[in-house]
Amino acid sequence: MSATALFGQLLLGLINGSFYAMLSLGLAIVFGLLAIVNAAQGAFYMLGAFFAWMLLQYVGIGYWPALILAPLGVAIFGMVMERTLLKRVYNLDHLYGLLLTLGIFQIIQGMFVYWYGTSGQPYNYPYELTGGHNLGFMFMPNYRAWVVVASLVLCFGTWYAIEKTRLGAYLRAATENPMLVRAFGINVPMLVTLSFGAGVALAGIAGVLAAPIYQVNPLMGGNIITVVFAVVVIGGFGSILGSIITGLALGVLEGLSKVFYPEASNMVIFAVMILVLMVKPVGLFGRER
Amino acid sequence: MALQVSDIGAAESPRSRSIEWIGLGVGVAVLLAVPYFVYPVFLIKLLCMALFACSFNLLIGGGGLLSFGHAAFFGGAAYIAAELAKMYGFPFELALLAGTATGAFLGLVFGLVAIRRAGLFFAMITLALAQAVYFLALRLPFTHSEDGIQAVPRGWLFGVIDLKDNLTMYYVTAAIFFLGYLLVRRVWKSPFGQVLRAIKDNQPRMISLGFPVDRYKLANFVLSAALSGLAGSLKAIALGLATLTDVDFTTSAAVVLMVLLGGLGTLMGPVVGAIISVTMDDYLAGIGIPVPVVIGVIFVFIILVFRRGIVGEVIALWQRFEASRSAPARK
Repeated sequence: MSATALFGQLLLGLINGSFYAMLSLGLAIVFGLLAIVNAAQGAFYMLGAFFAWMLLQYVGIGYWPALILAPLGVAIFGMVMERTLLKRVYNLDHLYGLLLTLGIFQIIQGMFVYWYGTSGQPYNYPYELTGGHNLGFMFMPNYRAWVVVASLVLCFGTWYAIEKTRLGAYLRAATENPMLVRAFGINVPMLVTLSFGAGVALAGIAGVLAAPIYQVNPLMGGNIITVVFAVVVIGGFGSILGSIITGLALGVLEGLSKVFYPEASNMVIFAVMILVLMVKPVGLFGRER
Repeated sequence: MALQVSDIGAAESPRSRSIEWIGLGVGVAVLLAVPYFVYPVFLIKLLCMALFACSFNLLIGGGGLLSFGHAAFFGGAAYIAAELAKMYGFPFELALLAGTATGAFLGLVFGLVAIRRAGLFFAMITLALAQAVYFLALRLPFTHSEDGIQAVPRGWLFGVIDLKDNLTMYYVTAAIFFLGYLLVRRVWKSPFGQVLRAIKDNQPRMISLGFPVDRYKLANFVLSAALSGLAGSLKAIALGLATLTDVDFTTSAAVVLMVLLGGLGTLMGPVVGAIISVTMDDYLAGIGIPVPVVIGVIFVFIILVFRRGIVGEVIALWQRFEASRSAPARK
């Protein structure tokens, strides 16, 4: 096996891992506040990619503006969904939240499959990031380097925002005790809506970043969400940093298995999940709730 | 607040019991007569899905556990039964038995892994495990990936009854379905079922009473998976087809929908849900409306306004009626 193939797969694994991290981060934020798991997270990933593609296709807006506009659209969509539908199930068993978002996921994915089929639409690399550099041990495409840097900055930026800023402190406080935080005069429902928007926007950005690497396919959300669920089970919902590390590590592990034993690459994350559940059922970074 | 699961073990009045017996009688009559009015192959598919839904309901009605991965048992069993019947010449009964065993085995594996967690995590773990089974089905050579196993022979029942005729096949399917339905009913009304319901209502108390809670849950899970396996292998042999759709997530979601629609934890709910959902699938596919979208809309609608499901609502209405009759009229 050549070193080029090894590093190439490692890079791709790192990219996938950062997508897993971004999607599961969004899930973790929402779960912390509402104890709801958003099964539609994959659909928002797909929507991010599709919004970017549609902006280019129908309006002629390119990659860089789309990198802001598409996640913004996804966030607005998500916040409207939270205000109109999701808030009706907060007082019910949390499984209803999962089932509701599953229904929403099926509606969104079903519509896009109906409109665009399952073959996938190509989305070109932005002009500035075509080509690549030869690093000696491997060829590094510029766009992939950009995706790794951008998503790592986003992941750790989110971590910083939650752990180190005042808004993040409100968020953590609302996670511990929403009633008390409300008594201090903080608008918790607004905070919930905004963090839901931020959570799905992360998935949206991941979708835009993914669009040129993979094709823009209506099924991309359904394919990634089962892996993200496994990542979440492995990491547990205990810590933000834990979600990031788990996502990245599993992505890299998946990439490595593609080099050494390609047949098992789809299975490796599920195998890790089974192992972790056997040893530590609450997940690596999980806490008993 | 918990899931709104109807409690079929609740104190029954003699009147509702006699109504249930009448209902069973009517049900048998309908099962016997309906192939003369509706295409039998469609009915076979419907009954297989209804049996699948009943087995799913056994899990949620008994243990209150929501599985997102039941397609693994249904589809896994379908593949094994189809392969054995087609390539190894297994007779009908043995192929079904092997499929049921496959379901039970997968259920044991899933159960051992997932049973430590409840609620949301249980759902996510079963979903992830089912996805692993899906990838296996995609990769293993005998499943022929996209093509699936086709043209599976039905064979002979006990070596004497030829199942080639659709009507004969229908009656065999109906008999298996009915036995499965009675089994679910029996399990629920047994002491085992009562322990399960008690665990659902108050798990810490059952632990302190000395019940091996996890083992009860696991047994129920394996039972549910085995019945799903029976439904899957019956479907594979009766329709002569085992495909990736059977192990796909859409199948897991479809069975959740059927049971939600009919009413969680009601005996008849899954059957009603299966009738509506299979008929709807058939109808929508004919006129080109995207089925997943409609399914999603129904999901959202049920969760927001109709959580008891159709049969659950009927039962609730009936119980209110009974209560108002038995209680002395007050002004």
